[in-house]
Amino acid sequence: MDVFLTQLPALQVVLPMLAAPIVMLLARMPRTAWAVTTLVCWLTLGISILLAQQVFAAGTISYHMGGWAPPVGIEYFVDSVNIIVLLIISLMGAISMPFARRSVEQEVAREKHALFYAAFLLANCGLLGITITGDAFNIFVFFEISALASYALIAMGRDRRAVMSSYQYLVMGTVGTTFLLIGIGFMYIMTGTLNLIDLAQRLPEVNDTRTIRAAFAFIAVGISLKLALFPLHLWLPNAYTYAPSMITVFLSATATKVAIYVLLRFIFSVFGYELSFDELSMEFVLMPLAMLGILIPSIVAVFQTNIKRMLAYSSVAQIGYMILGISFASLLGLTASVVHLFNHAITKAALFMALGCVIYRVGSVSLDRMAGIGKQMPWTMAAFVVAGLSLIGIPLTVGFVTKWHLILAALDGGLWPVAVFLMATSLLAAVYIGKVIEAAYLREPAEGTEPVREAPLSLLLPTWALTVLCVYFGIRTSLPLDMAGRAAETLLGGYL
Amino acid sequence: MTGLLGIEAALAIQLALLVPAIGTVLIALTGRWPNLRDTIMVATAATMFLMVLEVLPEVLAGGRPGVVLFEFFPGLTIAFEVEPLGMVFGMIASGLWVLTALYSIGYMRGAGEQNQTRFNACFAIALFSACGIAFAQNMFTLFIFYELLTLSTYPLVAHKGNDAAKKGGRTYLALLLGTSIGFQLIAIIATWWMTGTLDFTDGGIMEGHVGHGVGAVLLVLYMYGIGKAALMPFHRWLPAAMVAPTPVSALLHAVAVVKAGVFTVLKVATYIFGLDYLSELSTTDLIMYVAAFTLVAASIVAIQQDNLKARLAYSTVSQLSYIVLGAMLVSQFATIGGGMHIVMHAFGKITLFFCAGAIYVASKKTNISQMDGLGRRMPFTMGAFLLGALCVIGAPPMGGLWSKWHLIMGAADTGQVLMVLVFMLSTLLNIVYLLTPVVRAFLLPPNDGYRGGLKEAPFLCVLPLSITALGSLVLFFAAGALYDLLAGIFTG
Repeated sequence: MDVFLTQLPALQVVLPMLAAPIVMLLARMPRTAWAVTTLVCWLTLGISILLAQQVFAAGTISYHMGGWAPPVGIEYFVDSVNIIVLLIISLMGAISMPFARRSVEQEVAREKHALFYAAFLLANCGLLGITITGDAFNIFVFFEISALASYALIAMGRDRRAVMSSYQYLVMGTVGTTFLLIGIGFMYIMTGTLNLIDLAQRLPEVNDTRTIRAAFAFIAVGISLKLALFPLHLWLPNAYTYAPSMITVFLSATATKVAIYVLLRFIFSVFGYELSFDELSMEFVLMPLAMLGILIPSIVAVFQTNIKRMLAYSSVAQIGYMILGISFASLLGLTASVVHLFNHAITKAALFMALGCVIYRVGSVSLDRMAGIGKQMPWTMAAFVVAGLSLIGIPLTVGFVTKWHLILAALDGGLWPVAVFLMATSLLAAVYIGKVIEAAYLREPAEGTEPVREAPLSLLLPTWALTVLCVYFGIRTSLPLDMAGRAAETLLGGYL
Repeated sequence: MTGLLGIEAALAIQLALLVPAIGTVLIALTGRWPNLRDTIMVATAATMFLMVLEVLPEVLAGGRPGVVLFEFFPGLTIAFEVEPLGMVFGMIASGLWVLTALYSIGYMRGAGEQNQTRFNACFAIALFSACGIAFAQNMFTLFIFYELLTLSTYPLVAHKGNDAAKKGGRTYLALLLGTSIGFQLIAIIATWWMTGTLDFTDGGIMEGHVGHGVGAVLLVLYMYGIGKAALMPFHRWLPAAMVAPTPVSALLHAVAVVKAGVFTVLKVATYIFGLDYLSELSTTDLIMYVAAFTLVAASIVAIQQDNLKARLAYSTVSQLSYIVLGAMLVSQFATIGGGMHIVMHAFGKITLFFCAGAIYVASKKTNISQMDGLGRRMPFTMGAFLLGALCVIGAPPMGGLWSKWHLIMGAADTGQVLMVLVFMLSTLLNIVYLLTPVVRAFLLPPNDGYRGGLKEAPFLCVLPLSITALGSLVLFFAAGALYDLLAGIFTG
């Protein structure tokens, strides 16, 4: 047992990685492929939880891959920051798999199921790898693993436009990771190391060189592409809109969050607070972009008639909230950002799952086809309403916890106008969510449309599991807030 | 100290909240059997009222019974504590719900409305929220229930689902959510950030923590953030809400929702700012003048409305400003007067709305110009209308006299002669717009060719409105007890 426990960091990544080819071989047995994938996802969640226990009991875990001591060997590294992200990824994988069975059966051709689940495992593995590794080059490699798998997954959407949007994502994503690689390369040239902690120790000596400044810029822009920071978000709405429902759920909850984690790691831990904020004044870059990124996509979302696209734009806006919290560069602001990683993951996943239920029955989520759906699919739409309230930030939902802390952080930084801005923009969410609710409950179904039944239980249960989490953690705020608070402290303290 | 049933006050507070919550679920589950559902609704309302009354003896004895549910953030709890103002508001909302529940059975069935189960369930949630507002121990708890009240009443406003209802619903939601999130929440967070507490405390929490300049800004944010108090120019939601079925207009938009607004204003003024601190702020006078303007302007608009419910709605806008003005006068007299006005106006205005609904059910008339000679067909209804109107006007022998008395006393006491004049002027305007329907109904011949005899609304409509009309008469004699209860705000 002890052997097993000490190998957990490796297993976290290796398990889904090794399961992927096995699942691919099950092409003729799509049900088995699904079952194996589900099992692996739940095991992955189990590993994350065990890791979390270890981190909170005994502090940071450092795992030396293959027994080679860092900085020569590759180090896996779990602390109070990335354990949160690991939990988010594996939890979302575990919850979305039960949802996947019926949803994927309907949306993806049967002969592709095994490939689909194999790609899903690889995406999962890539995201977990980015998060857990303590090696800069590893981050790039895992970014590519998760991205390539995601391109394939998105392209499997029913709509033919899925292929085009996947290609769009591929181009933008590749530019992003290439920038990241260039940045890492520059740092390697200057310091001769790829280990993140080692980098953090060696960088201060060479901080003033143009090479490191350039590395900083490449990395910041590259990651910003991956996390869809406005105005580098153009790949996101199409990708989310045309991907299979289950992939939209999973990616919206995890992919951008992981990229934000990497940004946090680089600007706080590797480059350090002094370089990022005191010298390079990142707040003056991040804050305006975050605010524009909240405002403009929120307005665009209001005018969407495809609800999936509406929520995709909303995701861009929510990323703006997380970046805004980072730009305060304070304990409160970081706490808000980190807790929002989790809050937004469960909120948006619940919303996309509810839409997945609607697609399963209706086949479309255009505003017109949603008319009168509230009566036909009462449980689905009730979940949508509750999760929607969380997105708006109504009290007793997780969205409110974020908003509260972001505003406190703004006031704490003496930024009254930003606090007012936050309030005003949260009303935009009320407008677009309100449009959906009004259509679903107050409009009559269009003439000639067949009434539909409630979604099957296997879709409803995961949807409601997430919805309940939105409310549970909106009331019992201490667990996520404590974890986020510790993460923020760790980040501000740097690696040393 | 316990009440009639011998239930501890702290437990009664929780039960008063729990009962409507359970009632909501039961109503939703029994939708298939309308009679059972409506029985449950009335039983829920009655039980809730009893539970609220159980709290009364301890509050009368000067106690502040309370209960803490759980901690939300460190130092910030979801908690309840009943003080005199909350006691009064809680009793009014839950007591009048009993009558409205009866009335709504008669009205909804008589008018043949759809989706009655959703309607009744949302109604119960709204009362649950109102009770939470009344009993909230801190501003944060109050805010949560305030938002819940907005959200739960939106389906009621948009109930009919036609374009007019949806448009009304949208205005309603946009203004109430917009002001509460855009102004009130930010004021709350700023208060928390600067004072480290949001508890309702005797004498306020601002003194010594918040400078007068910032305090002045916060006051404006609070007063406009409490959109339910309908200060101009954020009053449009109230007339917009009149598309709702009349029981909603009666209980929610004459009592629960709007009174939640002015109740919050009074709470914020006395327990967050504190009267002493408030009197030193530069914007207190500003809000007072805004209230005075709203008071007069809304009365003038009311005169021009031909639709009876619209006229009553603008009258409510005007009457709400009485209470805001009372709070801004920064005098104990006026604050108590404001608290009394919550009660008096509730009884008077709910009677008027009940009458408007009864007229609609019995004759499908909505406009005042159609009501000539109606008094002969509906003598009970129009008689009750007269009593309700007199109560809102503040004429003896109705309860409304006493609240206006104290408000005017407060204005005179603080030397605000102009405000005394505003109150007087508004009273004259009240007489014009509230008594014309009565005069036309009783003194003019019918203009629709109706020759039949007595044709009243269903019994379940007429009974509640008669009770509330008599209630506003009884309040004239019972005002002393109410004053004593409310005086506990400053002695408790």
